[in-house]
Formats: sequence, C-alpha cells, structure tokens
Amino acid sequence: MSALASSAMPAQVGLLAGRAVRHIIRQPAQVVFPIVFPLVLLAVNSSGLDAATKLPGFPTTDYLDFALAVPFMQGALFAALNGGQDLARDIEGGFLDRLALTPMSGPALIAGQLGGALFMGVVSALIYLTVGLLIGSGIAAGFGGALVLLALAVTISFAFACLGTFVALRAGSGQAVQGFFPLFFVLLFLSSAFFPRNLIEQDWFREVATYNPVSYLVEGIRSLVITGWDGQALAQAFGIAALMIAAFLALSAWALRTRLVRT
Amino acid sequence: MSSLARARSVALAVAWRGIHNAFTNPAFLLPSVMFPLFFFMAFAGGLSGIQNAPNFEFKSGYSSFQFAFVCVQAAAFGGVFTGFAIAADFEFGFARRLLLAAPNRGGIVIGYMISAMVRAAFVIGVVFLAGLISGMRIDGSIGDLLALLVMALGVSAVATLWATGIAMRLRTMQAAPLMQMPIFILLFLAPVYVPIELIVGWVHDVAQFNPATAFLEAARGFVSGEPDKVGVAAACVVGLGALAALWARGGLRSAERAG
Repeated sequence: MSALASSAMPAQVGLLAGRAVRHIIRQPAQVVFPIVFPLVLLAVNSSGLDAATKLPGFPTTDYLDFALAVPFMQGALFAALNGGQDLARDIEGGFLDRLALTPMSGPALIAGQLGGALFMGVVSALIYLTVGLLIGSGIAAGFGGALVLLALAVTISFAFACLGTFVALRAGSGQAVQGFFPLFFVLLFLSSAFFPRNLIEQDWFREVATYNPVSYLVEGIRSLVITGWDGQALAQAFGIAALMIAAFLALSAWALRTRLVRT
Repeated sequence: MSSLARARSVALAVAWRGIHNAFTNPAFLLPSVMFPLFFFMAFAGGLSGIQNAPNFEFKSGYSSFQFAFVCVQAAAFGGVFTGFAIAADFEFGFARRLLLAAPNRGGIVIGYMISAMVRAAFVIGVVFLAGLISGMRIDGSIGDLLALLVMALGVSAVATLWATGIAMRLRTMQAAPLMQMPIFILLFLAPVYVPIELIVGWVHDVAQFNPATAFLEAARGFVSGEPDKVGVAAACVVGLGALAALWARGGLRSAERAG
C-alpha cells in the first residue's frame, strides 16, 4: 500500500509540503528573484525618495525605515505567484488528476501546496529583516517587535499564497496565474507603500489607498519599524491577513471540489 | 534586386507582421499600454507630494516630471516586449522558417526594430493623452515634443537590439527576465522620482554615469521647454545603439549557426 493510502492527513500534508519545498529549492529562479528584486527596489527607493523625509509630517527621518515594509509585501506577492504557478503546473501536467485517484484528501492537497509558499515566506522575511537591519534600519518596537514583524510578514505571505492557490485552482493554467501578477502589483502601487497617506496630494489616490487593504498590511509592518507598538495598526494588519486567509482558503476548497468533479 | 532593396523588403514584411500581431492581439497590446499608464498614474498620483521637498525644482509639475520617465520607460519596454515576441517566434519555429526564407537576414532585425518603435510611439501617444486629460502641463513646444519622440524611438531601437541579441542567442521565452531585468535596473538607477541632486547614497553615484539619466534629463528638458543634456542623450543613443547593433548581429549569427 502506498504511503499516501496509509497515511493520516498530517502525513499527507507533510508529503505534499515536502514536495513543494523541494520543488522551490530546485528552481533557483524561484528563490533568488523573489528575494533579490525587492531588495534592489528597497535600495533604489530609499535613495531616490529620501528627499520625502524632509517634508513636514513625514513619519521618519530615514526613508529606509519607511520603505522596509515594502519588500515583505513584494515577497508575499511573489509567494502568491510562484505557489499559484506551481499548482497550475500540477493541474496542467495531470498531477492533480492522478492525486484524485488516491485517498489524498482535498484539504491536505491545499495545505501541502501552501507549505511551499509558507517556507518561502519564512525564508524571505528573515532575509529582508536581516538585510534591513544590516543596512541601517532599526526596529522601534525592539526585539519582540522584530518577532511580531516576522510573524505578520509570514501571515501576510500565507494570505497571498492562499489567493494564488485559489486563482490557480480556478483558472487551471500557469498563464492565467501570470496574468494576475500585474493586478497584485497594482494593489501594491496604489497603496500607502511608498508615501504616507496623509501626504498624498491627489485626492483620488489617497481615497484608493485608504480603501486598499494592502495599505493596512504595509502600515502594520511599518508601525513596528517606525512607531513601536501600535495596537490599532497591528490589529488591522493581522485582521485583514486573517480575513484573506479564511476567505481564500474557503474559495480554494470550493474551487478544488469543482475541479475534481470536472476531472 | 540589390542587397539594400532585399533588406528593405524583409524589414517591411517583418515590421508589418510585428505591428499586426501587436495591435490585433489584446494579450500583446494591453500589457505594453497598461504598464506605462499604470506607472504614470501610480507615480504622478501617489508621489506628487515629493515636489514640495526642499530643492525640488521642476517648473512643469510632477505629472510632467513623471511623464518624461514613462516616455523613456515605454520606449525601452517596447523593445523588451519585441524581444519576447522574437523568442516566442523561435519557440514556435516561425523564426527558423524566417531565417531560411529571408534573402537578407539583417532585414529581420531591422523589421523587429521598426515594429518596436511603432509600438512605443503608440504607447507614448496614449500616455500623453491620458496625461493631458488628467491636467498635465506641457511647457515644451511642438518641436520639443517631436525631439522627445525621436529620442524615445532611439531608446526603443537600442532596447530592441539588446533584447534581440538575447532572444536570438537563447531562443526561448525563459530568457525573458534576462531581457527585461538589466533594462529595469538601469531605468530605476536613474533619477526616477526626484532630480539627481536630491538622490542620496550610492544610487546617486551610479545615476551620474547611467545613460538612462541622460535620457530622463533630456526628456524632462523637452517637456518643460528648457532642453538640457540633449547632446549627451544623443551621444548615448548613438553609442549604445552601435554596441547593441553589434550585440544583435552576434545574436543573429548565433541563430544562423543553430540552424
């Protein structure tokens, strides 16, 4: 009897998560690009936008502190994209169909798939934080704040991975997942990621940024770096991430059922 | 038929196909229009407060400041997207048939370059209209704007030759990051958000020697009606164009050898 057939759900999740992690590690492009690209942008933006710190009302005197939250968000977006693409490839390649013939449970399939994204979330968050500290940023909330920052970053990464999983299950094609990538970046760029909301001059942009949940995710991370302990910012960030996880996990489970019925 | 006439007929045929594909397939057209438009919207809308920073001097306003960047970016990425199309042509086998059929293979590269320039001109036109609708101020004359367009087309040609060299050497869509990342990094290591004097740290040092800085400063000069660094920008287009042409020629030879 196969390992899958005899195993309980945790073991099934472990098997699939291990496969997802190995798959990521064996593709350097999936590891290097999502980590290096946000750091390059961090360096460029913290030099290019440093003049903004001279504006009255800007929350910090060093743009690096302000911008440090952005790589965590970009890393989460890459996790969503890569996780979604891997799953879409499994669908296109018929791996999902073959799994459907085994006793593997649906939730285990989703959880296992997300294991890879979670792994990338943890690794990239640790690297962003380490690099940020090495190049001169500080964490106003101290060591405990750094731990909460890591927890929040991983939670956000997981939330976006759930979104990527849903898109992959619904669309079933890597190209469709790629097509969603610009949309993820639109969400990031139309938020308060690069400029504080109170200093955004254009009314329409400030309005969009205020309704964009990504603003609150970024501000949650940023609060730990710049302000210290800000209960409201943290509650909003963790709350939105938790809502995203709940919503996209439920949608993913529904999309998986639909897909398995189709096959 | 002379060699020049053969090159011309190949170039026009390839250019027509490229333009036709780009304008009839929304999957090709939309990203090349939406990305610059989106960057324009996001930067001009979200970052305009930075124009109030001390020593930020640009008389035409922040939308115009960013329009110049988006022009250069659209031009460069028009070339990169054409590189993607060349790689796809190799993956589907079309490029190999083209190499066999074309009486002058240099004309193939020129054709791709023309299609990239047409594409860039269209995107710049769309962004320009969007800017005008949103109240962007243009202080440059018609002549300045035409000069801006000519420079952008030069940038597009350089980027196309660069991407062609990669696409013809590797002949796979997986080479896409190699085509776009260097151009992306080059563009963002230039004064994108603020004038160069306000950039701090190592990026300032790099930006001083980055040809993209000359393109951006010249473009902003044209937009504000106070042309600046035009000679440097022109020299960069010509110099980089010559290097990129050699690079593309090497790529073409590599594709020919691969058969």
